[in-house]
Amino acid sequence: MNLKKLSCTAIAAAAMVVGLPIAQAEDSLFMPSLTYRTGPFAGGGTPFADGYADYFNMLNERDGGIGGAKIVVEECETAYNTQKGVECYEATKDKGALAYSPLSTGITLALIPKASVDEIPVFSMGYGLSAAAIGEKFPWTFVYPTTYWNQLSSILKYIDANGGLDGKKVGFIYLDVGYGKEPLPLLEKLSASLGFEVAKYPVGVKEMQNQSAQWLNVRKERPDWMIMWGWGAMNPTAVKEAAKIRYPLDRFIGNWWAGSHNDLNAVGKSGKGYLAANFSGIGQDFPAVQDILTHVVDKGNSKVASRDDVGNVLYNRGMFNAVVLAEAIHVAQQKTGKTVITGADMRDGLENINIDEARLKELGLEGFSAPVKGTCSDHEGAGAVFLQQWNGEDWEKITDLIEPDNDTVRPLLEEAAEKYVSDKPDWQGQTCS
Amino acid sequence: MEALMPALDAVFLAPFRDMVSLPDFLIQVIWEGFVSGILYALIALGFVLIYKASAVFNFAQGIMVVFAALVLVSLFDMGVPAWIALILTIGVMGILALTIERVVLRKLVNQHEAILLMATIGLTLVLKGAGQLVFGGEPKTMITEELGFSTGSSDWEVFDGIVIFQHIDIAAAVIAIVMVAALGVFFSKTRIGRALRAVADDHQAALSVGISLNQIWAIVWFASGIVALVTGIMWGARSDVSFALEIIALKALAVLILGGFTSIPGAIVGGLIVGIGEKLFEVYWGPLFGGGVEAWFAYVLALIFLLFRPQGMFGERHIERV
Repeated sequence: MNLKKLSCTAIAAAAMVVGLPIAQAEDSLFMPSLTYRTGPFAGGGTPFADGYADYFNMLNERDGGIGGAKIVVEECETAYNTQKGVECYEATKDKGALAYSPLSTGITLALIPKASVDEIPVFSMGYGLSAAAIGEKFPWTFVYPTTYWNQLSSILKYIDANGGLDGKKVGFIYLDVGYGKEPLPLLEKLSASLGFEVAKYPVGVKEMQNQSAQWLNVRKERPDWMIMWGWGAMNPTAVKEAAKIRYPLDRFIGNWWAGSHNDLNAVGKSGKGYLAANFSGIGQDFPAVQDILTHVVDKGNSKVASRDDVGNVLYNRGMFNAVVLAEAIHVAQQKTGKTVITGADMRDGLENINIDEARLKELGLEGFSAPVKGTCSDHEGAGAVFLQQWNGEDWEKITDLIEPDNDTVRPLLEEAAEKYVSDKPDWQGQTCS
Repeated sequence: MEALMPALDAVFLAPFRDMVSLPDFLIQVIWEGFVSGILYALIALGFVLIYKASAVFNFAQGIMVVFAALVLVSLFDMGVPAWIALILTIGVMGILALTIERVVLRKLVNQHEAILLMATIGLTLVLKGAGQLVFGGEPKTMITEELGFSTGSSDWEVFDGIVIFQHIDIAAAVIAIVMVAALGVFFSKTRIGRALRAVADDHQAALSVGISLNQIWAIVWFASGIVALVTGIMWGARSDVSFALEIIALKALAVLILGGFTSIPGAIVGGLIVGIGEKLFEVYWGPLFGGGVEAWFAYVLALIFLLFRPQGMFGERHIERV
């Protein structure tokens, strides 16, 4: 080995030891991806992570990144474990992380207090803390395009439009963790104001595949409607148990984490009629999805098990997560004039996001979701969802977008946000004009 | 005292009034508990088999259930006919048993139980990692109908109501009963069965009378693998086939404490007590606690047993001289 080679090797080795960013000669945007491809909830985490990574990879391949900067997606496995999620955050935040989307309410709740300190926004798309919709109290957290609370109000609107709520009994079956319990305060408040009775059926994580007792109680109490806040193996088990006791499945509505292909493929024809909320498009008939197939999947650069998995509910949900973040990067680049942005720039980008119908069309996602528009005070956006129904083999969209009951929900969100920060004297809020 | 009456009524009288007023529903609850109990017993049986023959608490039993079920459905997804996939899966579980004996257990003969337990924890991690690498983390559908199980149900009209029996649940009960009977005969009437019990009592003594420890361990792990496969098929039919199935094995710990770690009948009786008990408690007393009592009922029951009969109902009492 000559002296020149030796010097180069020594410099490279030294750079690695001290952690110098060797690859920074090329402008890059670092997007950590807290995934769970392992563990009991991998069935939901895997397609979401695939859609997320594939969209960014497609932008790299098709457009050379965003604004000339390549996107670097680095996965860190959390196994849906809050402690591991925080470890992943700590391990990646100093690499120039622009935003975190942990796909876990538990991890989100742990990261929210860290976001303002480290100046890296948390984007919990349709999960996490509903009160984070209030931008004045949560400047660093975003929940586009809607919250669990507004989703619940949309589902209740659907029920009201299909036979009324007054005097009815609504059963609520939920995974007995932070995520499942999130909408309970709203459900209890709305039951009093709208005049319906609530019957609650908690399902422990260890009982996800063993729900016969909960469904025996459903059989005994005969709620007029059932709503489910489930995840992972809880979902197919619940639908199978509902069918087993002959509960009418067209009166059983899952939230948007209880309505994926993975959930219902295991149920098959016996799940026909089951309903679920959704806010992102289904299928491959979108130009952006076609671009993913062309530029990523067909070149063998995707982790999807099969080409047919592209377009499934959770794959498209993960892709939409990446779409919103990519759009926020685009807005931040335009606002700052910089190619490589910081977490603080990203926060501004997220707050000023405006994915209207025209922009959705430009992105190759016409009709994919409701428009998403953020403001300083509104970190939730439009909040509308649609309902889909399982036809025994696939999901079919059966309603238009159902607007949430914002007039009722927004004051309750503000109250919850105030309560969250009330015992935190050093909490950093913001003033919106 | 008057304020106390409604509470006493809710705990001691109202549940029984409910049972009497809807007897068909009570039968349904007991049937569902019976099926759950049988399925818990199947998991516990896997633990008992290995503990009985080698005094090893096999922490990997839960992941063996997942592994066996995933092998079966993955072979079917690759185009292998269902029954051939089942036979091949039994073969895979046999190879796994031989590998575990050769690679893990043979080096640990006569080691302390804690070391053997740690070895099975390591085995759990290896099987979990290998399983996720080969099969991926996404859930799969159990091939219940393809294996010839009916997915329909039959109604029994009784007490002006109905009791619904799922055919797959009836099949689970029948298979579990046949397996238990077969294992009972195997352990008590065959030469290998008696050798298994001798090994469990004392490794060195068994070796000194010419029993092949390696052969016995391979056989017992293979038998446990077959139990894991049956368990995986039955639990997978109720939900899906995913790594979440491993969690259900935790319930078997309570069953083992109740029934005893070395007793096959104990696993069955313990399973039924937990299964029927938790369903009755969840349905009739659960609302008093806000629901979700199934999550802790079995463990509280196990705790009470530990206080009064730590060896379980059918377990052997060990007295160690110190």
